[in-house]
Amino acid sequence: MSDKEKINEIMKERERWEKTTLPKWMENRPERKNEFRNHSDTLIKRVYTPEDTKNMDYMRDLGFPGEYPFTRGVHATMYRGRLWTMRQFSGYGTAEQTNQRFKYLLKEGETGLSIAFDYPTITGYDSDHPFARGEVGICGVAVASLKDMEVLLDGIPLDKVTTSMTINGPAAMLLAMYVAVGDKQGVPREKIGGTTQNDMLKEFFAQKLCIFPPKPSLKLVTDIIEYCAHHLPKWNPISISGYHIREAGENALQELAFTIYDGIASVESALERGLNVDDFASRLSFFFASHNNLFEEIAKFRAARRLWAKIMKERFHARNPRSMWMRMHIQTSGCTLTAQQPLSNIIRTTIEALAAILGGTQSLHTNSFDEALCLPTEEAVRVALRTQQIIAHESGAADTIDPLAGSYYVEYLTNEMEEQAMEYIQKIDDMGGAIVAIEKGFFQKEIADSAYKYQRETDDKKRIIVGVNKYTTGDETSIPMLRVDPKVEEEQVAGLQKLRRERNNRKVDEMLEKLHYATEKDENLMPIIIEAVKTYATLGEICGVLRKVYGEHKELIVI
Amino acid sequence: MQSQRKIRILIAKPGLDSHDRGAKIVARALRDAGMEVIYTGLRQTPEQIVETALQEDVDVIGLSILSGAHRTLFPRIMELLKQKDLTDMMVFAGGIIPEEDIPEMKKLGIKEIFGPGTRTDTIVQFVFDNIPKRP
Repeated sequence: MSDKEKINEIMKERERWEKTTLPKWMENRPERKNEFRNHSDTLIKRVYTPEDTKNMDYMRDLGFPGEYPFTRGVHATMYRGRLWTMRQFSGYGTAEQTNQRFKYLLKEGETGLSIAFDYPTITGYDSDHPFARGEVGICGVAVASLKDMEVLLDGIPLDKVTTSMTINGPAAMLLAMYVAVGDKQGVPREKIGGTTQNDMLKEFFAQKLCIFPPKPSLKLVTDIIEYCAHHLPKWNPISISGYHIREAGENALQELAFTIYDGIASVESALERGLNVDDFASRLSFFFASHNNLFEEIAKFRAARRLWAKIMKERFHARNPRSMWMRMHIQTSGCTLTAQQPLSNIIRTTIEALAAILGGTQSLHTNSFDEALCLPTEEAVRVALRTQQIIAHESGAADTIDPLAGSYYVEYLTNEMEEQAMEYIQKIDDMGGAIVAIEKGFFQKEIADSAYKYQRETDDKKRIIVGVNKYTTGDETSIPMLRVDPKVEEEQVAGLQKLRRERNNRKVDEMLEKLHYATEKDENLMPIIIEAVKTYATLGEICGVLRKVYGEHKELIVI
Repeated sequence: MQSQRKIRILIAKPGLDSHDRGAKIVARALRDAGMEVIYTGLRQTPEQIVETALQEDVDVIGLSILSGAHRTLFPRIMELLKQKDLTDMMVFAGGIIPEEDIPEMKKLGIKEIFGPGTRTDTIVQFVFDNIPKRP
């Protein structure tokens, strides 16, 4: 029997089943809902069969791990060779406190660092700026100068541990500080490994922590990509991020499409700089959310890898297979955590983490159960890390590669997501690209509409959230909470002011003047920013120079 | 005589926090309920918020904050309202505000604080029930 005949046979059998077996069951045990849909609004069928994957060609669409189109994973051995990097996003209070948290996590088996900075740092203000009042060390760690970075990384060998930094507007400055600490440790630059998020596009419509207007922001992104291509071969200059798009309210499909488009825009920007695609593309990395619909998320990660590989090959004519790799970091979804019955969040995070592993991620952060209430306590973050370790060592999920390949459902969803993401990409192309779409408020409107829909569905109990709109108890268990001592701000401000008194201010002024000149001349700013941080010029001072030349971004408000 | 004008409400994001998903959802729900909603976007200083409230002649201010900076920013906003003699405006808040901070925030004059998981119609009803009478 040919494949086509086999499919016809299955189709006939399905039709028979629908006429004979099914109706009796539907009568006695009707379905719970008229229709089932996932977050992307895809209608979910009762059962999937070979009919749903009949156009699939194994070698064309899946292939083998480590080979084009990388649907099954970017590495040929995947977790059988090396487990994913367990990387917990952490930071609070002073650099010293966060340094202790890092050492605690490494001791407990974490395999990579991830720095959470406080709001003043993220927005390029020093800890003693009036806007920083009440925010210092609260949502992350305060890093106002190289001095803080030295304390933060004290005793951590930068040639052995890789570090991810969630930093965008001032990514160049924080990377410069990291490099400067590496220089002090005597680590050759080619051995320094890690990631700067450095994805400004999504800032303008999703995370919204912008400093400069879009054009100079993208210029800085490209400066870092270019600098890393020549000097920091193990550094991922950008982490093209869907996580914030998703957390702001988008569904899985929109997250996929807009993240890929963000990647397209980043590549185009580097090509315009005159870089060769194969000189930088292999260092591009991605960052996704893992939300709570298990199979939808797995399909999203698989579709993302295949789609990116095709785009790199067909749209950008990359030749090196590594340029077609989509390496990803995944974080379980913060917005699925509930403040009610917080211990249930451990279960949510476990399912989301499993999706990330079954989806083939390179690196994973698992949220702590208390994070709808506060930054994680030591106990909560340990449970989060243990969740990954249990999946890695006990569940067997890491023992074979891409275990869900061939599932009619997962393959169908993977194909659907890829196709529908392509439609969005076409739409944004037709609009004139990512910047035009941002200026028109296209992404912002899509996010606002999806977020509102999600909330309405929750309010109307069309979407059940356990402990929130069903199985509520009324008396909520209270859990220990981490509170940042307000004294942290005083200490940090005092330390910063002492630094300003004691450093060589003449040298600082000279550097800042040189930086001003270089900014106006439009040259690559990375080398001079590294020089500047080494004089202990502060983050706020350096960003201040750039603010003067570039101006500041003004938010386009879309409700 | 009761004024026939729509309820005017300012939804504001104080401080550097950029989590605006909740603020925008609440703004939209209040607008859908027939109120005049003014949303001024992210990174508003206490001074800007109070100035906007004054200029826009609002009845209600809704503050959204998830960063933990409420302990510094809320007292400042409430103090400025007092200075400008705007104490008749009703102020409520939402976001991530630890249970143990709520009594202190209410003592400042913040009428209610809504945490994660609150239904939008609860907030809409609360505003209707607590709208200050205009002189």
